[in-house]
Amino acid sequence: MLEIRNLHARVEGKEILRGLELVVRAGEVHAVMGPNGSGKSTLANVLAGRAGYEVTEGEVLYRGRDLLALAPEERAREGVFLAFQYPVEIPGVTNSYFMKAATNAVRVHRGLPELDAIDFLTLVKQTMKDLEMDEKFLSRSVNEGFSGGEKKRNEILQMLLLEPALAVLDETDSGLDIDALRVVADGVNRLRSPQRAVLAITHYQRLLDYLVPDRTHVLMNGRIVKSGDRSLALELEKRGYGWIEREVEGAAPA
Amino acid sequence: MSTNPEITALTNREYEAGFTTDVESETVAPGLDESVIRRISEKKSEPQWLLDWRLRAFARWREMREEDARWAKVTFPKIDYQAISYYSAPKPRKKLDSMDEVDPEIRATFEKLGIPLTEQKMLAGVAVDAVFDSVSVATTFRSKLAELGIIFCSFSDAVKSHPELVRKYLGSVVPYSDNYFATLNSAVFTDGSFVYIPPGVRCPMELSTYFRINEAKTGQFERTLIVADEGAYVSYLEGCTAPMRDENQLHAAVVELVALERATIKYSTVQNWYPGDKEGRGGIYNFVTKRGACRGRRSKISWTQVETGSAITWKYPSCILQGDDSVGEFYSVAVTNHHQQADTGTKMLHIGKNTRSTIVSKGISCGQGQQTYRGLVEIHQKATGARNHSQCDSLLIGDRCGAHTFPYLDVRNSSARVEHEATTSKISDDQLFYCQQRGLGTEDAVSMIVNGFCKEVFRELPMEFAVEASKLLSVTLEGAVG
Amino acid sequence: MRGTPAELAFARHNAAALVARASREPAWLGRHRAESFDAFQAQGLPAAKHEDWRFTSLAKLERIEFESGGADADTAPAASRIALEDAHRLVLVNGRYAASLSSVGALPAGCRVAPLSAVLAASPGAVERVLASAADPKRGAFVALNSALWSDGAFVELEPGATLDRPLHVLFLQSGASAPVASHVRTLVAAGERSRGLIVEQHAGDTRNTDLTNAVTEIRVGRGAQLDHVLLQDLPVQSFGFSAVFSRQDEQSRLGLHTIALGAALARAEVESRLEGEGAELALFGLYLGRGAQHPDHHTTIDHAAPRTTSVELFKGILDERAHGVFHGRIHVRPDAQKISADQTNRALLLSDRATINSKPQLEIYADDVKCSHGASIGQLDDEQLFYLRARGLDRAAARALLTVAFASEVLEKLPHEALRESLERALLGWLPGGGGA
Repeated sequence: MLEIRNLHARVEGKEILRGLELVVRAGEVHAVMGPNGSGKSTLANVLAGRAGYEVTEGEVLYRGRDLLALAPEERAREGVFLAFQYPVEIPGVTNSYFMKAATNAVRVHRGLPELDAIDFLTLVKQTMKDLEMDEKFLSRSVNEGFSGGEKKRNEILQMLLLEPALAVLDETDSGLDIDALRVVADGVNRLRSPQRAVLAITHYQRLLDYLVPDRTHVLMNGRIVKSGDRSLALELEKRGYGWIEREVEGAAPA
Repeated sequence: MSTNPEITALTNREYEAGFTTDVESETVAPGLDESVIRRISEKKSEPQWLLDWRLRAFARWREMREEDARWAKVTFPKIDYQAISYYSAPKPRKKLDSMDEVDPEIRATFEKLGIPLTEQKMLAGVAVDAVFDSVSVATTFRSKLAELGIIFCSFSDAVKSHPELVRKYLGSVVPYSDNYFATLNSAVFTDGSFVYIPPGVRCPMELSTYFRINEAKTGQFERTLIVADEGAYVSYLEGCTAPMRDENQLHAAVVELVALERATIKYSTVQNWYPGDKEGRGGIYNFVTKRGACRGRRSKISWTQVETGSAITWKYPSCILQGDDSVGEFYSVAVTNHHQQADTGTKMLHIGKNTRSTIVSKGISCGQGQQTYRGLVEIHQKATGARNHSQCDSLLIGDRCGAHTFPYLDVRNSSARVEHEATTSKISDDQLFYCQQRGLGTEDAVSMIVNGFCKEVFRELPMEFAVEASKLLSVTLEGAVG
Repeated sequence: MRGTPAELAFARHNAAALVARASREPAWLGRHRAESFDAFQAQGLPAAKHEDWRFTSLAKLERIEFESGGADADTAPAASRIALEDAHRLVLVNGRYAASLSSVGALPAGCRVAPLSAVLAASPGAVERVLASAADPKRGAFVALNSALWSDGAFVELEPGATLDRPLHVLFLQSGASAPVASHVRTLVAAGERSRGLIVEQHAGDTRNTDLTNAVTEIRVGRGAQLDHVLLQDLPVQSFGFSAVFSRQDEQSRLGLHTIALGAALARAEVESRLEGEGAELALFGLYLGRGAQHPDHHTTIDHAAPRTTSVELFKGILDERAHGVFHGRIHVRPDAQKISADQTNRALLLSDRATINSKPQLEIYADDVKCSHGASIGQLDDEQLFYLRARGLDRAAARALLTVAFASEVLEKLPHEALRESLERALLGWLPGGGGA
């Protein structure tokens, strides 16, 4: 599904990713953990194609194609979804209108018929119910005046509507109380299938209690320095990142 | 301004044997002097008082200097007022046999605006079958209005049939000496619309929406007068989302509104005159004076405008809040693309007690467009308890455009509360990226964000027009983001 | 233009001095003075038709016959309303240096503070580098007049890396003359790279004449320098006060301009700030008070001429009785000056129904990557708050005073000097009826 080879990326002239390697297969859930400033959000933004994130070396293959050559909306239509860490507010644009436009843009790309207003509303209302979201969020402007938790649920709502092949969650768990965390995790779990993959970027392991990743990676100084199964996340929680740092330093420098 | 052609078209039919047919064969030679004004008045069989009024305006105009009207942040070459023909008969437009004969650019715009084919044909001047008989629609409409005592006719008609009303209110809001362009209009105006709503009557339909599919040549100098008597209500809609072309470069219209006690006038405009080409050649100079007087207690005047056309827009729909507890509103969206220039805004003059006004202005500049919001909020000394809130936001798309904000606040009463907020920013990269990440193309994303930006204004428009205005905005923005 | 400028009484007063001075001064300065006087003649006194003078009439000014000079410069003037005990002090009385009242002897290394006349005599080149580098005589009649006629002023130079250890108090006084005196004074500030300092420029007086003070200040802030300038206009209430501050900022510099206007019958204060170097930051704060028939008029222009420059502007006015306040605030963003942030706020409090405010904020934006905003509000004291205070036992006057001071404190608290802030708060309390002051 996703192959990242020797990825180097810069933000405002500063190298953040320095030779990142990662392979995610269809059907898998991977967790990427790491301390602040390790490059987690940079990875998410590079995958989604945000301007200002300059790839200087390496490649990213998505379903065998060069992902980096695609415009952000092409990536989205091809099934790459980013759940934003800080979803932006768009005043005056109603959430339902926005989501319908996005859903239909993606459906048209996949050769599916556009949903009319009634079909769309039926779909979105059912999905909102699953996410325990009030329908009033349909008529409000996109993310405007939403609390942190509401914004994150709104991201998951959009993810379920767009049915991506690869969902990248950028610290979707941050700032959520335990109920919201469970709802969000349930949403992600609903999406899991042998055809789909999830890349969950997080600072804490508590999301992983619900998500149960197939692989856990530690990102440090722009590289994956350690990979393991779920137990690695638990160990990180117990011991912090210091021991890995020492372990990496002890190894021969790259 | 396209109400005029609609009305004119209608009245032409009603007065088949009247003066309009006489006039059709005639165009006054270019140039302006007293004799031209006398001819105009004579052609229209006007009463002496109206001729005198025109002549006073003309005398005043000759003392005025166009330079004094050039304080706005717009530039245009010197206008040769002697090269304009001040009276030309409304010529019927050449009928086309099919849509294939229509300018492909206009056809494309019709498509984008989603205007039904029959209506497209009407707008473009293509012959249509009798099923869509606008005359019968109009006739039904008129009889309904007549039952309620509502007068809705051409200005010329009103001068003949209701001279007392015209004489009473003409120039009472915009005096003939008001400004260079309004004074010129007062001297030479050819026609326009007249509306009178009797006491207590609520006009049951949007005036002029039913007429917008009619077409005729628009006058350069039109005059509109709307009077809402005590407790009356009217919503008047001027203009059209369809692109309007006209060979006359200068348009100097005057609109006067009078709202008596407890009356409400809602005046909506969608202006989409020819803006000139992408290099800034051609296009209409739209120099309009619009003003409303809230004369009575609890009267209300609300202006809504969507300005996407014209090479130069110069207009400040204003409210004189004389009556206690009267309300003035101004909602505006203005877009300038390519080389368009717009200097627009409003004046809210608070004279009566507890008067309230709201200003919401949304400006969008792209290409090399230049845009200025210019406004005045004046609280007179006796206007106790006056309130104003203004919000002026500008959105910049591209690095060669400009956005300027000049709000004047003059307050002479300590109990007034006046608040003004303004922001200028470019379209947000974060918003664009968010939309793109959800699969939307750049142009759609821009259009969606800009429409969201304008929402507060669009929701003031009558429903069907809000939809078209929103599409019109998207069409105007095409190619703005490269 | 009104009449023939040369015939105006108040322009004539110094024509002779202009000629006399030319013989003692460097030739370049003589030329500059002559050109400036020509510029004044060409502009004339601004009439109400002039957009920038729509709300401020100079009719009264035209009729006054001014003298220059006045009393002996070393006469001790009345005590100033503000206390700056710890400051270096440079005092000019009626536009002339008063050595006995000044104390600029103990300056830190790299700091030069002296009367302008002395620096002109000792090192004219230092004056030439700064004079008229920002203030263009064609930009206004009073700037032109000052450029032609300035008698003396203050010169402040901070070498790269130098720090003024204590505030510098530059005091311009009008004192003891029998006839109306016009003083044209000039302040030049050159803050070198990475230098730091606080300058308090005060205009005050103890006469009962319709004196005129016309001050022009030019401030150059070098790369990475951090400077604060306070302009405190505390002239007697029958006088005329004109001031213009021109600032130019290099890369990464920070400038705080504080304008406090308390006095004068008619006070016109102009600020023109240009951010010329990338990353420069400007904070512009103003407070004006007006009562009686006072007419405080402020015109500010912030010119973002370089990318990544930031400005914050906050102006507040309090108007009582028949006072008439004017605020014009202009923010200009030039083409190619991208990544700009500019925020302007202007608030006025009207304490009387006969007070008037004309406010005109302006944004002129010619670049697209900008975040600019301005807010203006005009109103009276909040009834709810007044009631709340009275319910807690304060009488009406005291409650009003408290809320008025609170309104002003947002500006005063930005002053970077505690004693100055406190003395101004006291001055404000004294100004208010029922505020417990004089």
